[in-house]
Amino acid sequence: MGHIFQKITFMKILKNIGLTLFIVANLLLIALLFLGQYSLNKQGLQQELGSHSHFEMVLKEFEPMLGNTYYSKFEFISQIENNLNEVNQSILQEYQIIEEDINRIVDSLKQTDDNLTYQKDVIEHSFPGNNELSAFKKKQLQDYTGWLEGRQFQTEDELRTQLQSTVENINQGIISQMGFSQNRIKNLKYSLTKAANTGVVANKNFILLLGTIGLGILGSLLYILPGVNLLPGIKHNHIFHSSNKNKGIIGIVVGALLILFYIILYWYPEYITEWVLLVDPLSLWLKNAPASQWFFYGLLYTLAILVMGIRMFIKYRHSKYHIIRTSSVMFFQLAFAFLIPEILLRLNKPSMDLKNIWPLNYNFFFDYNLEQLTTSGALGTFMLVWGIVLALIAVPVLSYFFGKRWYCSWVCGCGGLAETLGDPYRQLSDKSLKAWSVERWMIHSVLVVVTIMTIGTIYTYLTQTSTLMGVNTYRFREIYGFIIGAAFAGVIGVGFYPLMGNRVWCRFGCPLAAYLGLVQRFKSRFRITTNGGQCISCGNCSTYCEMGIDVRWYAQRGQNIIRSSCVGCGVCSSVCPRGVLKLENKDEKGRFGEPILIGNDGVKAIN
Amino acid sequence: MKHIVIIGNGIAGITAARHIRKKSDHAITIISDETEYFYSRTALMYIYMGHMEYHHTKPYEDWFWSKNKLQLLKDYVKSVNTEDKTLTLRDHDSITYDILIIASGSTPNKFGWPGQDLKGVTGLYGIPDLQTMEQYTQNIDQAIVVGGGLIGIEMAEMLHSRKIPVTMLVRESSFWNRVLPAEESAMVNRHIGEHDIDLQLDTELDRIESDTEGRVRSVITKSGKEIECQFVGLTVGVHPNINFLEGSEIEIDKGVLVDEYLATSVPDVYAIGDCAQHREPRPGRKPVEQIWYTGRIQGETLAYTLCGTKTAYQPGIFFNSAKFIDIEYQVYGEINTDPAEDEEHLYWEHADGRKSIRIAYKKDNGNVIGFNLMGIRYRHEVCEMWIKNKTSIREVLKHLYQANFDPEFFDTYEQYLVNKFNQLHPQHPVKTSKKLLWGIFSKK
Repeated sequence: MGHIFQKITFMKILKNIGLTLFIVANLLLIALLFLGQYSLNKQGLQQELGSHSHFEMVLKEFEPMLGNTYYSKFEFISQIENNLNEVNQSILQEYQIIEEDINRIVDSLKQTDDNLTYQKDVIEHSFPGNNELSAFKKKQLQDYTGWLEGRQFQTEDELRTQLQSTVENINQGIISQMGFSQNRIKNLKYSLTKAANTGVVANKNFILLLGTIGLGILGSLLYILPGVNLLPGIKHNHIFHSSNKNKGIIGIVVGALLILFYIILYWYPEYITEWVLLVDPLSLWLKNAPASQWFFYGLLYTLAILVMGIRMFIKYRHSKYHIIRTSSVMFFQLAFAFLIPEILLRLNKPSMDLKNIWPLNYNFFFDYNLEQLTTSGALGTFMLVWGIVLALIAVPVLSYFFGKRWYCSWVCGCGGLAETLGDPYRQLSDKSLKAWSVERWMIHSVLVVVTIMTIGTIYTYLTQTSTLMGVNTYRFREIYGFIIGAAFAGVIGVGFYPLMGNRVWCRFGCPLAAYLGLVQRFKSRFRITTNGGQCISCGNCSTYCEMGIDVRWYAQRGQNIIRSSCVGCGVCSSVCPRGVLKLENKDEKGRFGEPILIGNDGVKAIN
Repeated sequence: MKHIVIIGNGIAGITAARHIRKKSDHAITIISDETEYFYSRTALMYIYMGHMEYHHTKPYEDWFWSKNKLQLLKDYVKSVNTEDKTLTLRDHDSITYDILIIASGSTPNKFGWPGQDLKGVTGLYGIPDLQTMEQYTQNIDQAIVVGGGLIGIEMAEMLHSRKIPVTMLVRESSFWNRVLPAEESAMVNRHIGEHDIDLQLDTELDRIESDTEGRVRSVITKSGKEIECQFVGLTVGVHPNINFLEGSEIEIDKGVLVDEYLATSVPDVYAIGDCAQHREPRPGRKPVEQIWYTGRIQGETLAYTLCGTKTAYQPGIFFNSAKFIDIEYQVYGEINTDPAEDEEHLYWEHADGRKSIRIAYKKDNGNVIGFNLMGIRYRHEVCEMWIKNKTSIREVLKHLYQANFDPEFFDTYEQYLVNKFNQLHPQHPVKTSKKLLWGIFSKK
């Protein structure tokens, strides 16, 4: 029939080719993980561990595997882990405090004091020798039993039990101090694997880079670009018929793959060293240093925003608001989150994403960061001041004028990915009243927690003590980093796009969103105005609101929308078929307004 | 405390129910045969096109009704006995009312065409019609839409989204030209053509032919042309859905006859929305108003009366809106298809042919009486105020930017309209007051 359907058919063919190429690129990328060969040599080992206090022990343990080629990464990594654990055991054997030592302490104390009142001095007497081992044990015991000074034990058993418990702590600490902590083992598994990777990826990485990531970009563009053939305007046809966009099997698979990717990236990066090698050429070009798994991630992240940003340009080419806003997030991701930090590394300067604001940037006030910034010259000082100014001044002032959209849908990296890669999934957000209740207590709880944590870490930095009111600030950080930083923001934040929408982190977890939202709700010029009586309750606005705001509820009663979670993406206004919604910044007074549906003069006369 | 029964769970009936509940403790029962819960039929097209699912079109979550003590009953009212104040239902026992509100809506017109009841022929009013459309448009080669109005254009867009070739049979010489002035109507004609929808103007349906299984096979126009098709949408208007009131004491004509207080001829019986026919229509308005907004306004008005404050139906300045595929349409006030004797129309159209602004004003004193927008959003509050205050055209043009409701950063076109006016009145040009920096710092 008519030539528009022929055009549409031609479009479909191009899109299918593009989709096929994209899927092939992903399959190739995954296949690379199985083409690795691993051969650790003495040089590699020396590079990673040469400075370790017990390197001879390490060398001895690793000797059998040096020079051997492993074809299974699982075997290789497993061997590394075993070796390191063995070294830990050897060290423990040598240095651990044993039953005999405890006996001597008990006897020593019994001799000096019948009442069994503990004195640190007994330790000195219990270890008469003068070698390195004795000195070590004595120091450990003295450090760990200082708090027992002056305490009287009723029975010998009580004393013994207490000492045993203390010794357990000491022995656990020995591994961290002299051997390899769990964290260290995790890092070593990664760095040794990468160093030992001699497979095809290590050798032909540039060609493979083009053939995987390059091919993926090409396929995506072929899929996206034909959209220009459609007439401009909202074209949400078949979104709810789509297996990908409406939680069908494709959506679930995509979600599962994303979740898997994040879990591996955060906790098992040793299994993806092929991917890191793949992007080494780029990293070397940018900062003269090899890549890490975070560079690989950052690259993919930036490419996703750029490519899917192009999709937004095409989809919304009738709307300048979306074109400008999308350009903004693309710029901020490419420049601020990716290029500038890499260039700073190249120049050996302190490196940070200058648009990442506390409390989203929860590391900012940690002691190691404060330490680095205050000792890195003018740039470091600038970054410190910049971070504080952004958090304390920019946030309230800009949110006053523009609402929190200035950050959440124009600048933020999480937001940038949500608005581009996440746009196909925005309609999956939960609009129920129940979800809103959960949102409110959850996101504000995270804000409270991160504030407490920050106070704790600043206290640690200033006073050099690691416990505040009984809580170990380092442990707090670790737990927060795991639950909120990694699991919530990363795994759930992006992994759940095809399952719960594109803003799960932003809506339920981000403390900066909570902070920005409080300003927007209580002191801002921003609102979404509803147009008199024109609402027909169709529901498009609520359906496409990524934050799960029931926009229709406000529009159908003629009430301005001012919600702390609104990120001002503007999609509700675009999808409204009757022009009922407009995002605007106007006089703060009367912002909430009376819910007034224009048109009923009979009732208006009464009221 | 009274028992108020509402027949119909559309916007009119539901708005009445909600407002009555806000103002009183009366027992309220809402009966509908269409759906269990209130949904927005304006969104039917979006369900078919996959923009939303049915549950998205329900304005209130399901717990809303019991929480607000609004009793819902899914059943069909077979007859109304105003003597005993009882309703005979199809499935349940009869119920009695103290006050009855008839809000039964409309039903699509059929004008006696042969074949109009064949399989694959349907109007588009409610959920059952949507199901019929789904059933009869799977993998078909050609669809016909009879009637060039708001539902017709929606149906054409729906079918187009399924890549079904559509031919529209429109009786008028230009699309919806009983309401749209010539230029806007021509714009819609072109826009329909841009989507390769076959718009046949000056064409009337004669009859619908059947295949061997009682399904539509083709349509024949009055000029004798036959078009093969497997689906026919009849979108030639609607009429009040009041068959069930025949034989009752309630006076009906085309619709249920009501006075300015929305009361029928029988005490304690009222009618609102599409099914009501106003004995004395408001100035400038029709006796039967088949618009979402007026149903809503009537529902709210009646609630005030029923809760103690007798209120007449006063709908204020007319307004309406629609969407012709990708072109949004808004009207405020009075826009005649041709300017009346005492009117002027100021019209500007964008070079891309998809946007326009029209302002109607009185010749003698320049009072603005209406706005017609295509592809550009205007502020209801501002337009209504200008019309109500009888603001002059010059004053309106000077501040026209205030009416713009398009999103930020969009091009604005008010200056073009003003320039057009100034070309026509070169001795006294209008100077517009501009906004600074997109009004970031403005008070208004």
